Amino acid sequence: MSEGAARQTGRTPAGSVLDRIGGTPLVDISVMSPNPEVRIYAKLEGENPTGSVKDRIAWWMVASAERDGRLEPGQTILEPTSGNTGISLAMIGRLRGYPVKVVMPDAVTRERVELLASFGAEILYSPGDLGTNGSVREAQRIHAGHPEWFMPFQYENEDNPRAHYDSTAPEIIEDLPDADVFVAGLGTGGTLTGVGRRLKEHNPAVRIVAAAPHPGDLVQGLRSLEEGYIPPVLDESVLDGRIVVDSATSFRLTRELTERTGIFAGVSSGAAVRAAQRAAERMRSGKVVCLLADSGWKYLSSGLWTQDYDDIEEDVSTTLWW
Amino acid sequence: MEVRVNVTSVIQKTVGGQRELTAEGGTVAEVIDDIERRYPGFREQLVDDGGQLHRFVNVYLNDEDVRFLEGAETALSEGDELSILPALAGG
Repeated sequence: MSEGAARQTGRTPAGSVLDRIGGTPLVDISVMSPNPEVRIYAKLEGENPTGSVKDRIAWWMVASAERDGRLEPGQTILEPTSGNTGISLAMIGRLRGYPVKVVMPDAVTRERVELLASFGAEILYSPGDLGTNGSVREAQRIHAGHPEWFMPFQYENEDNPRAHYDSTAPEIIEDLPDADVFVAGLGTGGTLTGVGRRLKEHNPAVRIVAAAPHPGDLVQGLRSLEEGYIPPVLDESVLDGRIVVDSATSFRLTRELTERTGIFAGVSSGAAVRAAQRAAERMRSGKVVCLLADSGWKYLSSGLWTQDYDDIEEDVSTTLWW
Repeated sequence: MEVRVNVTSVIQKTVGGQRELTAEGGTVAEVIDDIERRYPGFREQLVDDGGQLHRFVNVYLNDEDVRFLEGAETALSEGDELSILPALAGG
């Protein structure tokens, strides 16, 4: 048995899965690095209880609201999401006794719908051609009619970046104190903002790079640029760069990651790896940490690992991936 | 200097529905001006009176956000590709 495996067995039993949020492993994936002098490490957020990084922010937002009385026993939780945050809230709602309703675009994978149903959440759909921006507006509209419901609202809630400031970043500093670059996908901006702030306090020279999804033809429903949305929790001053990655590249690298490292991660992970590779290309030497936001289970129906991209491209272009 | 320009969503509507066009210019700002000559109204969608990019639009040179380069004054090379995308949330 390896030293790592022995360490796993020494843990005390957890009181519930909520005690097993965070503490995710950092794994060397330098085989994916284009520069032999730059090492790349992946933080595997798929190891969280519902399989994504969103368990951290969902638990931070709920626990904080419980503490200060914004969330009362039995109160309904309403939240706009592209999927993962809703799944995390639904799991936590089940354990803590809160009915959960999520507003989600109608262009997501089947697994997300089934996971939400498994945890007992009610799904309210928003038009897929408006992307997650449309879910945000629809949830705000519904909440205006039901102010008695609690809306954590991950896009504005400071407990979102705080979860990463308090947990994700200290774990990275403990595991790799001399990281030079941190890369993560851009969704709400909470991960980049929270981790970025803490890492820059630790080492002001650290560079924070966002991987942004190319929407392709998906968000044709936006009527004007004013329907664009920059989540208030995103502190753009923390960012040192932003790389856009198209779906074809995300799919290719997600699959390559599985084939070359054994890591079975979700679609946004391919984009994060691409941004990490771009950072590595520009460095003389150093270490890059790349956060892989979720595991691959929710994407099996896409055919990502089993079919040629050309054969699934049309379905890919009409699905919202993160 | 000829570059390729990819547009999507609402911005696509300002250039007659095309997804991709070519334009001339040595900087991002010059390319925007060149497209404005053919499609009046294009420029005001992207930049304010002071020449700064609007908050809700992201312009990528190849795959890098020009805000982290030199913004609208970012220099271009022959064969570069610009992508103009609306700001979108995930999560």
